[in-house]
Amino acid sequence: MAVQIDLADEMMIAHIIGDIDHHNAKELRETIDDAVVKGQVRELELDFRDVSFMDSSGIGLVMGRYKLMKEIGGDLYLINIASHLKKVMILAGLDRLAIMDRPERHPLKPVENGGNKQ
Amino acid sequence: MKAINSMKLQFEGRSVNESFSRTAVAAFVAQLDPTIEEISDIKTAVSEAVTNCIVHAYRHKLGVVYITANILPDSHVVIKIRDKGCGIPDIPKAMEPMYTSAPEEERAGLGFAVMQSLMDKVKVTSKEGKGTTVVLERSIRCKEA
Repeated sequence: MAVQIDLADEMMIAHIIGDIDHHNAKELRETIDDAVVKGQVRELELDFRDVSFMDSSGIGLVMGRYKLMKEIGGDLYLINIASHLKKVMILAGLDRLAIMDRPERHPLKPVENGGNKQ
Repeated sequence: MKAINSMKLQFEGRSVNESFSRTAVAAFVAQLDPTIEEISDIKTAVSEAVTNCIVHAYRHKLGVVYITANILPDSHVVIKIRDKGCGIPDIPKAMEPMYTSAPEEERAGLGFAVMQSLMDKVKVTSKEGKGTTVVLERSIRCKEA
């Protein structure tokens, strides 16, 4: 599976693994969108930690998820983006659509007393 | 200018070959000892051009994608990506950022914009019904500053 989904309390992390190109973008977006709708997600985080390569198909993927989250009144965050991927994202103006580089949170491992907000 | 080294690659325009082709070109360019960023830029630009062949040129049929890569003196790399597909009727329009003729596939319309921003030079020639050639040029800087 090229994406691992973690979901808790209307917040979802999609941990994308491997390359994002035209070949696998369709499966990625279908898996993510399906989980967003089913989980009634209000906050979507795309985690790029294990993304080794991304071309403009990745830009399309982020833009599409931005539109989806806007439609349902939610927000999109992009985390753990390597510098060579960030270059392509900024070129496309994605930094104006989604919040990039938010500190990571762990919704599935809540800490007592309100949680550990970095 | 005479090439110091060259390679040719041809493969079926199946999307699974996008990864194969950009990795193969990157492996060829690796002999110039490029930085990680330079390799990433070349992989991305090649991926854009090859994806265009598959999504647009061969939209309704399976065709062959041809790549040649030449290494010229001073670590100058020239990569040609050619198809025998439908051709581009209006090249300036196709190169406009955000323009795409395949919005249903969630294409961002940024393929040429990405190529132009990552490469030193991008040249596109096309003939309707005959095919398209994209030439990417990029100098690899020497690591010892």
